[in-house]
Amino acid sequence: MKTTGKVTGIVSNLVTVEVNGPVSQNEICFITVEGTKLMAEVIKVNGKNAAVQVFESTRGLKNGDMVEFEDRMLEATLGPGLLSSSYDGLQNDLTTMTGVFLQKGEYTDPLNHEKLWDFTPIARPGDKVVAADWLGEVKEGWLPHKIMVPFAFKGEYTVKSIAEAGQYNIDKVVATLTDASGEEVEVTMWQKWPVKVAVKGYQEKPRPSKIMETGVRAIDTLNPIAEGGTGFIPGPFGCGKTVLQHAIAKQGDADVIVMAACGERANEVVEIFAEFPELIDPHTGRHLMERTTIICNTSNMPVAAREASVYTAMTICEYYRAMGLKVLLLADSTSRWAQALREMSNRMEELPGADAFPVDLSAIISNFYARAGMVVLNNGQTGAVTFIGTVSPAGGNLKEPVTESTKKAARCFYALEQNRADQKRYPAVNPIDSYSKYLEYPEIREYLNETIMPGWVNMVEKAKNIIRKGKEANDQINILGDDGVPMSYHEIFWKSELVDFVILQQDAFDEIDALCPLERQKYMLEIVMGICDRDFTFEDFEECRTYFKELINALRQMNYSEFKSERFYEYQEKLNNLLSNGK
Amino acid sequence: MANKAFQKIYTQLEAITKATVSLKASGVSNDELALVDGRLAQVVKTKGDLVTLQIFAGTEGIPTNAEVVFLGGAPTLNVSDDLAGRFFNAYGEPIDGGPAVEGKTVEIGGPSVNPYKRRQPSQIIPTGIAGIDLNNTLVSGQKIPFFADPDQPYNNVMAQVALRADVDKIILGGMGLSNDDYLYFKHEFEAAGALDKIISFVNTTEQPPVERLLIPDMALTAAEYFAVEKNEKVLVLLTDMTLYADALSIVSNRMDQIPSKDSMPGSLYSDLAKIYEKAVQLPDGGSITIIAVTTLNDGDITHAIPDNTGYITEGQLFLRTDPDSGKVIIDPFRSLSRLKQLVQGKKTRKDHGQVMNASVRLYADAQNAKTKLENGFDLSDYDLRCLDYAKAYATRLLAIDVNLKIDDMLDTAWELFGTYFTKAETGIKQELIDTYWKGN
Repeated sequence: MKTTGKVTGIVSNLVTVEVNGPVSQNEICFITVEGTKLMAEVIKVNGKNAAVQVFESTRGLKNGDMVEFEDRMLEATLGPGLLSSSYDGLQNDLTTMTGVFLQKGEYTDPLNHEKLWDFTPIARPGDKVVAADWLGEVKEGWLPHKIMVPFAFKGEYTVKSIAEAGQYNIDKVVATLTDASGEEVEVTMWQKWPVKVAVKGYQEKPRPSKIMETGVRAIDTLNPIAEGGTGFIPGPFGCGKTVLQHAIAKQGDADVIVMAACGERANEVVEIFAEFPELIDPHTGRHLMERTTIICNTSNMPVAAREASVYTAMTICEYYRAMGLKVLLLADSTSRWAQALREMSNRMEELPGADAFPVDLSAIISNFYARAGMVVLNNGQTGAVTFIGTVSPAGGNLKEPVTESTKKAARCFYALEQNRADQKRYPAVNPIDSYSKYLEYPEIREYLNETIMPGWVNMVEKAKNIIRKGKEANDQINILGDDGVPMSYHEIFWKSELVDFVILQQDAFDEIDALCPLERQKYMLEIVMGICDRDFTFEDFEECRTYFKELINALRQMNYSEFKSERFYEYQEKLNNLLSNGK
Repeated sequence: MANKAFQKIYTQLEAITKATVSLKASGVSNDELALVDGRLAQVVKTKGDLVTLQIFAGTEGIPTNAEVVFLGGAPTLNVSDDLAGRFFNAYGEPIDGGPAVEGKTVEIGGPSVNPYKRRQPSQIIPTGIAGIDLNNTLVSGQKIPFFADPDQPYNNVMAQVALRADVDKIILGGMGLSNDDYLYFKHEFEAAGALDKIISFVNTTEQPPVERLLIPDMALTAAEYFAVEKNEKVLVLLTDMTLYADALSIVSNRMDQIPSKDSMPGSLYSDLAKIYEKAVQLPDGGSITIIAVTTLNDGDITHAIPDNTGYITEGQLFLRTDPDSGKVIIDPFRSLSRLKQLVQGKKTRKDHGQVMNASVRLYADAQNAKTKLENGFDLSDYDLRCLDYAKAYATRLLAIDVNLKIDDMLDTAWELFGTYFTKAETGIKQELIDTYWKGN
């Protein structure tokens, strides 16, 4: 019999329930308020009292209201049809909801149970299988969507029968398996999995050895992120976090993209809804929406569901990874998720940690980041979840708990800087503070030198060095004055400006410049570094400034022109003239 | 208000703080309103049979045997076309001597719009101010605050923007307005002959601070009526949101909640977001645009209130006095409209984006030159040209007393480029230079 209970206390969305039977931590329950059922999750139990966080507004809730416990945790529904869907944090399909306003207690099915899919069997009767092994395949858009042995199955099973190739809906029993004791179980095309538990079902999680191309020079050239890697983008408001994330979402070289809009602005999600269906994936030529799932729990939607949203998103990513696909998860912003944790911890009157965040914040964040990664599946194929989160540090100060905890967990750090944003140097990624730990991996260095060009990593390091030296020179110029420093200071400063303007800066709103493939990044960096390698002699700093400004202008016009087009070569010609007439 | 005759009356308070009272009661629902000694109150917490109520007008003089009557629901507002032209207090009661408004009774602070049903904002709200139209274009459905020190004329600028904006309704939510400012708004609206499209909900400094908590929800409930049911373009003005947040911290403090940064409640972000996210472009053409004021303490935007606001709103407009021209300008560095790219170059001329960026970049170069000058260094020819440009840019474009059409703003900017710079120094795309360059 199901455990039931009744409400005995309410503070905002934290509700105390007196229960009449066993309950488990994170168990889902429904509270009936004036005939409407509100979903809630157990977050603390004390004797007969369970503290539950309600995923909806608790307006109108009364002491004595009835509660039914479900004997399951919060689960994601996994099956064909996840792509191009738009869900809230609890995976309700937002597109099938009635009305303009979100109604309390309206829950919609994440998957369409009528739609027919072209099923092809992979496993054969007699095959031995375990959880996450592939039984069959349907085409979801252009992606092969594997129908797997449900993740929750324990031990080895034998395939008794498998459906023939044909068109079925997701409720069709596509395979019958026999477990060790001879009992038969049926497998349909969909399964459920608790979102807060990492999906296993792979052999091993090796170190990443490839990079994931994003088309953003400040990332790919200077601090590349690995396929299956983790990174985060902290930055004060107004520094272009979201623009950068959207750029990565549009251009990232991944099979599947999951975007978790977690506690952010609704209009930013609307932008995705409006633009993605129009945009073409530069890698496959297909519509972006076909490879994208949006999880959207905007800042005005219930706080508890905001926390759930990132877990729902990660679970969907892990599901596609188990099919041997490259998945990219973007979460904007993880600070909002941390704040949701803070609000609940506060209401439960827990002793607070730094800035009133819960003391286990760091552990929660690193556990979450640890779910990303490249895996070798049971059949030897690989899949990857690359995760990039944004962080919104309070007051733009990076010495705050969420940034610090994330820094320990993520391997790439793309620090957005107010100063650069003020000067409209976008993307405002600080080239000196940012880093990619992957550049230290010998296998990644080797990969870069092999796939881009020999000596690439050294060239990138040299470029970074020029930026560092340029900053020092600029500091000296500011202290001592234009005339108070040797000419070489001006030269190195302007070389760093060259790298900054041509390589680092990129116009996310320009049709051409927005996406810069690796080949083009290589082409431009070679030119820029070729100039930096030269020694110049200038009469005075004014001449140096003017000369470099002209070089920068020609190179920027190249960035704005279609790669290797007539215009592109025209500007390159102009550049070469400048260089050969140069000093 | 609901019929009192069938309500159970309680007369024994268990506890009183400066903002809340607690009593034993049953059958009470969360967020329900009550009258405590005749003052309006709202349920904020229940624990067993102990109910805690927040008294909007404060608890001064409330006795332990005060009469408590529960009213059976959350705060409401009567909405109809009759709201237009009227002035109300925080409870939605008329303060202009007119009759109570008849209409549909709706709970304030209602549900959120399904993000999937929203439309992408795409209509410009021109203001004639270049600091806004040129650099930080406003779009209907946007939410944006002025960040200003208390000594700056933010209420005047806001009134000016509101009256110039092409909208169907303007709704003023005044929180902790000084009586003088309240009369100023009233006068400006009357003088513009625009009273019939204006609705005001006002809490002045003379009234209890906790009452302010109702103002944004009242204003936005009225806004939703006109935007959703009448498909109108509604502009909501909220001033001053810093005082609203202060009231939040008072209540959370009285309820013994652990404060987070700057003594603000840990839920500040969600509390503010609930208000600002009411800004929306609806599928049937109606829209709610929010312009707010967040006063700063000596320009400090790292304080929890402006900081959280900045993360919620779609940009911010900084007011500051330009030392060279002596004019109040909209700071081009710290100001931002996040939705501007939805209209710039699409609803405006195609050079808009690049002209904006170039003019701000050159203004930044002028600031560097100024730093050099202050440190006693010689200025280069370029530096001197930048300084001249900056003064002209501030006076002819940034100052809030300038009133131009957007195309004229762009032409003015090209004129300044041509006067002070070479083509290469502007770094603008060649094809735009070819079309628009003025001078040699």
